[in-house]
Amino acid sequence: MAEPLLEVKDLRTEFKRGKKDWITAVNGVSFSVNAGEIVGLVGESGCGKSVTSMSVMRLHNKLSTRISGDIVFGGKHILELSEAEMQSIRGNEISMIFQEPMSALDPIMRIENQLIEAISLHNKELSKDELHKRCVSALKLVGIPEPEMTLRNYPHELSGGMCQRVMIAMAMSCEPKLLIADEPTTALDVTIQAQILALMEDIRNKRNTGILMITHDLGVVAETCSRVIVMYAGNIVEEAPVKELFSNPQHPYTQGLIESVPKLGRRVHRLPSIPGSVPDLAAMPSGCRFAPRCKYAQASCSEALPKLVKVAENHYAACPFHTNARKEA
Amino acid sequence: MADTNATTAQALSAEELPKAQNPTVQFIKKFLRRKTAVLGFLFIVFILIMAVIGPSIVPYDPNAYDYGAILAGPSATHIWGTDEFGRDVFSRILAGTQLSLGTALTASILGTAGGVVLGLIAGFFGGIADSIIMRICDVMFAFPSILLAIAIVAIIGPGITNIMIGLAVFTVPSFARIIRGAVLEVRGELYVEVAQSIGCSPARTMFVHIFPGTMQALIVNFTMNVGGAILSASSLSFLGFGANVTQAEWGAILSQGRNYLAIAPHLVLFPGLVIFLTVLAFNLFGDGLRDTLDPKLN
Repeated sequence: MAEPLLEVKDLRTEFKRGKKDWITAVNGVSFSVNAGEIVGLVGESGCGKSVTSMSVMRLHNKLSTRISGDIVFGGKHILELSEAEMQSIRGNEISMIFQEPMSALDPIMRIENQLIEAISLHNKELSKDELHKRCVSALKLVGIPEPEMTLRNYPHELSGGMCQRVMIAMAMSCEPKLLIADEPTTALDVTIQAQILALMEDIRNKRNTGILMITHDLGVVAETCSRVIVMYAGNIVEEAPVKELFSNPQHPYTQGLIESVPKLGRRVHRLPSIPGSVPDLAAMPSGCRFAPRCKYAQASCSEALPKLVKVAENHYAACPFHTNARKEA
Repeated sequence: MADTNATTAQALSAEELPKAQNPTVQFIKKFLRRKTAVLGFLFIVFILIMAVIGPSIVPYDPNAYDYGAILAGPSATHIWGTDEFGRDVFSRILAGTQLSLGTALTASILGTAGGVVLGLIAGFFGGIADSIIMRICDVMFAFPSILLAIAIVAIIGPGITNIMIGLAVFTVPSFARIIRGAVLEVRGELYVEVAQSIGCSPARTMFVHIFPGTMQALIVNFTMNVGGAILSASSLSFLGFGANVTQAEWGAILSQGRNYLAIAPHLVLFPGLVIFLTVLAFNLFGDGLRDTLDPKLN
């Protein structure tokens, strides 16, 4: 198989809390994203999925963050690059779209100037005319009906869906190889969500962009991704192709997540939920971090952090008592 | 029938719905409601015009001696009287507007520029840069500002240029602190992160995306600061650190007049009054701007 576009190996991201006091937000995460593939990264709030994406972009405050492990993107070791080299990658080869489109655009800059900024930072040789044309075509790509008019607008004059389109246009303007979408549809209503997701798939098909889709919405995952990574408390607990994950979830946490999605046509009095809450980053249970909330937990679970084991073809779970194993027993 | 209804609805929406107002128009309207601030603004405009055209409309040469009219009180020929050499006080004050205002403005601009850069760096980078810059500012804050300016002028020597430098230096820490605070507020905004995610360098992020967010605090404090700088520049000249006695500068005129306070009070009264009114105007204008720009008060 070809070299993956992005490969993250044993990524650990720690934040400084006090003098010599570090808390671990991402605890040894490894995964890869191939060109033209949409990979979902799911988990509840605070499980480290956004921190993972920010680590790939190296956008954390250097003074209060410690990142270790290895991130390889297109043959380059991201964590070893200089700040200037990193700047030429950001927006050019890897770009990012964010959760709140309304506050993601600079409120005092016209859309055109923001797009021009994104393009000209990486294409210094372009003339004003060419830049304008690139802006128009960037907005056309994301399906904005009157690009010339939108270019003259300020962000507050656009709707949330329009802002997110502009954000995607900005992110795609330099034809990046990898797009990191950090909950791109969370702040939008459902019809717009569907449009934005369709748009992202469309762009993937046209440009063969690899997309890392970070979300807590399993519906979005089922809709768009080909492979899913489930994170819990800074660790990957399961990784599988999307259909496999939904039809045959192996990790008790994944099962809980899928059960807690309301389903059409089935009447239940109470939506099933996972008991307990996410452990505090500063006071992680020893061993399996999900054990205190897990109905299958055994004494051995709190001894050592379980490693990802292969449970089926391309399907990995970090639980020795995954469904298949329980069935066999 | 349905047709007429539709047209009425359209007519209504066009005429009766409140029009989205241009923020500039809104700002001007709000500002005009503050009468004292408007008065201050008008006075500043008047003083600025005088600074430009003053030297060419003076009734007498501000440096011409007239030994026939020494220490003369206000009269029809010399409306604000004459000084100990018979020079026309009104002409001297009018001609001195340029120098006094120029000194204060230049010092404020220099000091603000320095403060903005340091404040941006401290707020944006944080850590050691922040600590060093802010601790130095704290040290400078510990001195009464005028004393600090005197110390600087004492080291580099008296003169108008050196006064400007002295005043600029003691303007820096307060602006650094104000801008740093504003930067800390803006840098947490998502669009700043987005700017970095598209590959903006720290300098570009700082000046293009963060700096405009600090403008509000900057404009208000700059206006207030000019008033203070006029007072400080005049004080320094009054103390003999600034303009030399032959130069027509408000503080210098006041300083000379002090010797004849008992016999010719107009020598102190008029320059003092002009300084007082100008500083007051800048402060009222600054207050008005602050209130107008403060979203909590509207």
